[in-house]
Amino acid sequence: MAAEKFSNPVVRWVDHRLPIFSMLDHEKYDYPVPKNLNYFWNFGVLAGMALVIMIVTGIVLAMNYTAHVDHAFSSVERIMRDVNHGWLIRYIHMNTASFFFIVVYIHIFRGLYYGSYKAPRELLWMLGVVIFLLMMATAFMGYVLPWGQMSFWGATVITNLFSAIPFVGESIVTFLWGGFSVDNPTLNRFFSLHYLMPFVIAGVVVLHIIALHRFGSNNPIGIDAKGPQDTISFHPYYTIKDMVGVAMFLLLLAVAVFFFPNAMGHPDNYIPANPMQTPAHIVPEWYFLPFYAILRAVPDKLGGVLLMFAAIFVLFVLPWLDRSPVRSARFRPMFRIFFWLLFIDCIALGYLGGKPAEGIYVLLSRIATGWYFLHFLVLLPMLSIFETTKPLPKSISEPVLATAKGVA
Amino acid sequence: MANTNSKPGASDTDVRDPGRRDFIVVATYAMGAVGAAAVTWPLIDQMNPAADTLALASTEVDVSKIAEGQAITVTWRGKPVFIRHRTGDEIARANAIDSAELRHPEEDEIRVQKPELLVVVGVCTHLGCVPLGQKTGEVKGEYDGWFCPCHGSHYDTSGRIRKGPAPTNLEVPPYSFLSDSVIRIG
Repeated sequence: MAAEKFSNPVVRWVDHRLPIFSMLDHEKYDYPVPKNLNYFWNFGVLAGMALVIMIVTGIVLAMNYTAHVDHAFSSVERIMRDVNHGWLIRYIHMNTASFFFIVVYIHIFRGLYYGSYKAPRELLWMLGVVIFLLMMATAFMGYVLPWGQMSFWGATVITNLFSAIPFVGESIVTFLWGGFSVDNPTLNRFFSLHYLMPFVIAGVVVLHIIALHRFGSNNPIGIDAKGPQDTISFHPYYTIKDMVGVAMFLLLLAVAVFFFPNAMGHPDNYIPANPMQTPAHIVPEWYFLPFYAILRAVPDKLGGVLLMFAAIFVLFVLPWLDRSPVRSARFRPMFRIFFWLLFIDCIALGYLGGKPAEGIYVLLSRIATGWYFLHFLVLLPMLSIFETTKPLPKSISEPVLATAKGVA
Repeated sequence: MANTNSKPGASDTDVRDPGRRDFIVVATYAMGAVGAAAVTWPLIDQMNPAADTLALASTEVDVSKIAEGQAITVTWRGKPVFIRHRTGDEIARANAIDSAELRHPEEDEIRVQKPELLVVVGVCTHLGCVPLGQKTGEVKGEYDGWFCPCHGSHYDTSGRIRKGPAPTNLEVPPYSFLSDSVIRIG
């Protein structure tokens, strides 16, 4: 049946034996997508594109990089000065890393707002959290590779998190380092894993997409498509809509790469690593700051580490914390207020994570950390019970047609 | 359901002026292709020699210390260069042969700037091994020049291929005499 779709005889011959064209066709044309998606549904595609840019530029950078404590820093400087277009490739890699996180954070908040994590998309959501964790590990190890001061001390501090584990902590840290401090063996294994992880991410992305295509995209009003009148084909409607987002993304990325390449980095990382001296004020990359703030908010070593990891793991169980049957925040007036409070709370944590751990900042970090967990562990389960939601439209088409009539 | 949605595009286009719509589509693809090519070029060009590699592309050598009949090996662009101070006998033998009979016909005199000083890249033109014959006691091949141990190519006292699989003579690198005693290769 599928084979007759193609007029090109070579395509037909291949497709009969290896149905890749049918598969692509199926995903492009037959895959029904709710017709009311807004631009927030661009961010999955944008994240995928960021991953591709990272892998391509990363492979190319690895051709010019030397993973050795004596040469890593100067090999990166050589990339910046001597390698043809090396400065461009490295700046794209650096800035796309940040853009990847911006895009993924928007993607996550999109999911939180429109209830995309709810049944039957729990696994889709959990796979997304896995991707987020893998991204954090990859980004952390990538930041170590230039072997500047921030690389070295970031690696030291983050690996030392594991020393908080009772009894075996110290042994684990020694194991991670391959020695008694962050040194050449550490750098070598980080380079190896930094190269491996993006491909693991790509694998989980495939699972993420398989899970997505099982029930299709959620949508701004959060009710299921009732039939063909509620959906349109992915191609050309959403491919073209995604291209608008891609163009914007690339435009902003180009602005960052060409005009503010180091705006999201830290100048101390242009000082070669010195194991004898810690910089006065060390901060992680901006995308880790909210979690860093939670870590520092707790006056106990093990407690801080546990709470920081808990801040991510709470997302895994989110589908079971928020029991409300209504997905979209549009029909949940109370939830919508708390969503924005959570959003502000996360921004505040990010801000506080970049401030020195002293005075008022410590207190504010504790309040913000408390609110974060209060939201997920108390408010969401309570809202599921006590919130009065607005009536849902009968179908995806109904509100669209109603507005259209109103305008006419 | 699938059929109602399948392959919009051609049928959906503006029937009043299909040419204009086609132009937009083709122009978009063309723009995308140009953009993709422009982005791909830096990713490919980074594999070409970097500025610091190119900066190391010449080597200066003092040749006055090489005794007659002796040879030295220097490094130029990561490859060995053979510099041999030839004896009168070796020069005579290099000139004795009619070059037209050789696989790669070259007169000895066009391969040297001063007859006693032969400078060749010490890389066999077959598959890139370094031929033997620089050190005293090494096999020099049947023509008393160099012998490549990998696949048995014999070079003569002018570095020309005489026997074996190599297709061309040992390459003469560009070099110049900075003074009577110093040459710069590259």
